[in-house]
Amino acid sequence: MKSFQCIVCGFIYDETAGLPAEGIAPGTRWADIPEDWACPDCGVAKSDFEMIEI
Amino acid sequence: MTAPILILGTGLAGYNLAREIRKLDKTTPIVLVSRDAAPFYAKPMLSNALAGGKTAQSLVMKSAEKMAEELDARILAHRQVQAIDPAARRVTLDGGESLDYRDLVLALGADPIRLPLTGDAAADVLSVNDLDDFARFSARLEGVKHIAILGAGLIGCEFANDLLARGIAPTVLDPAPWPLGRLLPEAAGAFFRARLEAAGATFRLGVAASTVNKGASGYRLELNDGSLLDTDLVLSAVGLRARTSLAASAGLAVNRGVVVNRQLASSDPHIFAVGDCAEVEGLSLPFVMPIMQQVRALAKTLGGTPTDVSYPPMPVLVKTPAIPTVVAPPAPGQAGEWTIETTEDGLEALFKATDASLKGFALLGSATARKQALTPQLPAQL
Repeated sequence: MKSFQCIVCGFIYDETAGLPAEGIAPGTRWADIPEDWACPDCGVAKSDFEMIEI
Repeated sequence: MTAPILILGTGLAGYNLAREIRKLDKTTPIVLVSRDAAPFYAKPMLSNALAGGKTAQSLVMKSAEKMAEELDARILAHRQVQAIDPAARRVTLDGGESLDYRDLVLALGADPIRLPLTGDAAADVLSVNDLDDFARFSARLEGVKHIAILGAGLIGCEFANDLLARGIAPTVLDPAPWPLGRLLPEAAGAFFRARLEAAGATFRLGVAASTVNKGASGYRLELNDGSLLDTDLVLSAVGLRARTSLAASAGLAVNRGVVVNRQLASSDPHIFAVGDCAEVEGLSLPFVMPIMQQVRALAKTLGGTPTDVSYPPMPVLVKTPAIPTVVAPPAPGQAGEWTIETTEDGLEALFKATDASLKGFALLGSATARKQALTPQLPAQL
């Protein structure tokens, strides 16, 4: 399980935790999140995220 | 040579504005001025960094040098701005250096409000409003078992939850009767409080600290109900006040923030304001999403296409893992009523006008899954 960080606002998506508030179940892999998904904090696109070390 | 777009401030507002400008315009010179080292980091992460094992260093996503390169911009770090001369379109820095600008953008942020505390340790009370503050704060945590947090708003509650991850027990004080008082209705506040208390936090509500003295070890707080509270460290998180003095000295209109219209223009047509220092059509919203809406619009305006900022519904995530929370408070003065539905592991509070239209919500725990379905039903904020 990995984490991904929004390079615009710093929001972190943690695959283990998922994002229940966005309808994304715990354990959902980054690759399985729809391409039109946007950062819940700042609204930027999925392509503006990058992988970070956890 | 063309005078640059000059941006005062390198927080999320300043840097993201520069980024949006560069998406549209590769040539206009951009200069950014920062009073700190100008690293790019996300301020919202300061109140949930400990749980992730983050340090002030690892919170930095990009150095000033890297940002200068990426943005093809000049970044002046560790500089203070002395004055703005709107007629000459010139800014004076400390040391007397002056910078001419084509357009000036104030992205100055906000200062933490400090309570008028008495006592011989009042000056020891910490607040965490930027990365340097966070470095000082985290350096003080060694050996700390208990912390007193002044303010049960969003930042105070996020810090309380984050400190629990470090094994530090927080007591959160606030004159308000329940936490997140400006964001949650009472029942939701009670639910939120119970979950954070179950995780190890303590709330002392309806009281405020009046005095902070040095104690035998750590500090002794005197509260306005006459009681005492001993603690190792005191953190203040009672709110923010927009930085307006520079704008006011330059003769610009200021209210709670620098007064700007929907094109983010101040009372001077070549001076704009974005982020926590700006008051846009009366709205001061110190969150990330409004900043991004502002900087996207302003980048277009500065590129020659006047563009009004719009605020879609922008629910705010409260980063408290003990009780995940999403809030979209109704606009001030909005008539209507809360209806609350509680389940074992969540609470949904909906604020509806008399015509049954949704005007706000608070979603806690499992109810946060309803955010996506409910958000499109909310009215636009601007």
